[in-house]
Amino acid sequence: MLNYLARRFLMMIPLLIGITLISFVVIHLAPGEPTDMQTQLNPEVSTELRNRLRDQYGLDKPLVVQYGEWLGRFVRLDFGNSFSQDRRPVLDKIVERLPITISINLLSIVAILATAIPIGIYSATHRGSLFDRMTTILVFIGFAAPSFWLALLLMDFFGVRLGVLPIAGLKSLDYDSLSSVGKVMDLGRHLILPVFISTFGGLAGFSRYMRSNMLEVIRQDYILTARAKGLSEQTVIYRHALRNALLPVITILGLSVPGLIGGSVIFETIFAIPGMGKLFYDGVMMRDYPLIMGILVMGAILTLIGNLLADLCYAFADPRIRNR
Amino acid sequence: MPPSANQPAAPPVHGDTMISGMIGDASNLLPVLSSDSASSEVSELVYNGLVRYDKNLKLEGELAKSWEISPDNLTITFHLRPGVKWHDGTPFTADDVLFTYQLLVDPLVPTAYADRYKLVTRAEVLDPLTFRVQYAKPLASALISWGFSIHPRHLLAGQDLSKSPLASAPVGTGPYRFKEWKRGEKMVLEANRDYWEGAPYIDRVVYRVIPDESTMFLELQAGGVDQMGLTPIQYARQTDTATFKRQFSKYRYPSFAYTYLGYNLKNPLFQDKRVRQALSFAINKQELIDGVLLGLGQEATGPYKPGTWPNNPNVKKYPFDPTQAKKLLAEAGWSDRNGDGIVDKDGRPLAFTIVTNQGNEARIKSAEIIQRRLHDVGVDVKIRVIEWASFLKEFINPGKFEATILGWSVPIDPDSYNVWHSSKTRPGELNFIGFKNAEVDTLLEKGRETLDEAQRKKYYDRFQEILAEEQPYTFLYVPDALPVVAARFKGIEPAAAGIMHDFIKWHVPKDEWKYAQ
Repeated sequence: MLNYLARRFLMMIPLLIGITLISFVVIHLAPGEPTDMQTQLNPEVSTELRNRLRDQYGLDKPLVVQYGEWLGRFVRLDFGNSFSQDRRPVLDKIVERLPITISINLLSIVAILATAIPIGIYSATHRGSLFDRMTTILVFIGFAAPSFWLALLLMDFFGVRLGVLPIAGLKSLDYDSLSSVGKVMDLGRHLILPVFISTFGGLAGFSRYMRSNMLEVIRQDYILTARAKGLSEQTVIYRHALRNALLPVITILGLSVPGLIGGSVIFETIFAIPGMGKLFYDGVMMRDYPLIMGILVMGAILTLIGNLLADLCYAFADPRIRNR
Repeated sequence: MPPSANQPAAPPVHGDTMISGMIGDASNLLPVLSSDSASSEVSELVYNGLVRYDKNLKLEGELAKSWEISPDNLTITFHLRPGVKWHDGTPFTADDVLFTYQLLVDPLVPTAYADRYKLVTRAEVLDPLTFRVQYAKPLASALISWGFSIHPRHLLAGQDLSKSPLASAPVGTGPYRFKEWKRGEKMVLEANRDYWEGAPYIDRVVYRVIPDESTMFLELQAGGVDQMGLTPIQYARQTDTATFKRQFSKYRYPSFAYTYLGYNLKNPLFQDKRVRQALSFAINKQELIDGVLLGLGQEATGPYKPGTWPNNPNVKKYPFDPTQAKKLLAEAGWSDRNGDGIVDKDGRPLAFTIVTNQGNEARIKSAEIIQRRLHDVGVDVKIRVIEWASFLKEFINPGKFEATILGWSVPIDPDSYNVWHSSKTRPGELNFIGFKNAEVDTLLEKGRETLDEAQRKKYYDRFQEILAEEQPYTFLYVPDALPVVAARFKGIEPAAAGIMHDFIKWHVPKDEWKYAQ
């Protein structure tokens, strides 16, 4: 097991360097440069000034040199300064926004699992029932409805018409003067709509996935055996079938780790939540190379770790993998 | 109508908060380093310049009490206002002005504003309240260039500007002091009680970052935002209810911007001015304004805002006239010889592509309407919409386009040298359509070196006549600015400069306060 872990860990280093190299080349292939935001179509700016700005950002050097410099800083865990006009350290910008995005995504993942697994199980065990058909329809509506549209409808209804929920942002204006209970309540109220929206979008896929896994499993011979032994339906489903049906879900969870980082640009934009998704999107639009690289690398590391954890869980749950 | 129309208004009181919605967060609160509109909106309340435009767009002193210009127009001597203090209590002096100038021209400072200040040959402090600059040649926009925010020397001298704490916690001389900034979320300013023009009435200004227009509009209706700019559809269709009118005041005036269809004059298709004139006749500008702006705009006839002093209203006009358009095309040798509905000449159809940038719906819709109108006179138009950075890099800067729909914002000073002078046609420069006209060159050179407004107007009037005749652009429209403010704010006086010019005089009657301190 340790051997397996060490091998997997060592493999990650060349993989990570490969990812950074490809990312670096690709973002530099995109037309446009960070200085463009300041200088393009700006009557105040001459060519000479534009070149001076490029020098200051080090954009005049060959790409290989720029990558070398970046890698040199990166191995010392220095992500550099953002190229945007604030010139702040990339790490500061990421650390500022990471907790917000991760918390919202964790909340919605918990909400998704808590609803999708029971829905999936019930639909699978009561295939063709009214509940199954209703959830199928509902879930596909949820899948098809654009989340920004749904979000706006809910904001209009609960925020403007009823006036019971805040529309955007994470805190009220008077947040700092609230008691600690008040602060938690305030945050909670602000989180209801964004968490609901991001849960609703993910629910469809997950519950369908759970349903088909479950259907797959209950057709297996060992379930037939368990039933033949006279075990109660409860025990058959929850003790024998569920554990195996959940196995592929572990993989999906592992893969959803980068989503925790990237966040969702759409709901962060709509709900005015200063999270990573928006940061990354703005970074890309402004060609803020150090920031883009910082977030990509962070995402890559977390994906690799997520995969590793998923594999470990797998190995833990399934002896066949461990002993291979 | 406000109830105070025929009774004396109560005297303004100090208090309450205004929450302003911003699409993007500010980037850097040192004005020398930032160039985004959110940062400059905040900086305007925190900093002062030496001069500014008043509500009628005339220059007036801000930190400069007065100034003298030497008879040869080469030297400006500023007499600074005594008794002005920085927000930390340090007195403001001419050293701060000199220091700001040095920042702007320092090759190590990554600023986008250096060019105009490099024309200064000598800048000196004569005494703590007197500052003098000299130029080698007269420069018409020299005076207004000193409207740039003055930075505090005592906090910035000898520091690495990019690491200065003032980038996120500015110290200025302006009507509002910086209080706090939660990035991506909000920024809070507080009234400067010691402001030299008198303390502003609104105690607190909060800028909330709400990146989505629809969300911001919902927040406005829910009371989470007091002020924002409306889109034409919000102004025309979604705010016409009695409730909305009771809660908000809407304003409407021409913005300092225009949208145009520019032709690449290096392309053989557009070398004959009769073709360009024909295209201008074939486009129905009013239809664009009605369809795209829902009527909230006006036709553009040239590069200056209608109603401002540089604008020449008497230039040649191009009313919608397809017959005239066809006639001009025929004169230029374009007619439909093969019967496919598209005019041709020497075996080539009159066909071109309009490129424009993604993300600007008004431009894309305009392109579609123009496409149909031009088809009516036998011109085949295709449309390509491209992401902004690629659009500039691949099409505009290298001049690889046939026609483009873009817009310019219009500075109050009419100097258009960088956009229209024939020396500005190299890749990456702003005369990317390749307009070259010797007379225009001379007029622009004279215009930027003349300080006398009447004389300048003559040059720019002639410049606009030539543009109208040559039609290197088909000038399309000037959109209206559509700000909306919660009705509890009183004392708003719309003027040529917009509504924010006298923000420090806005106030809320005590019984309408929403936020107690």
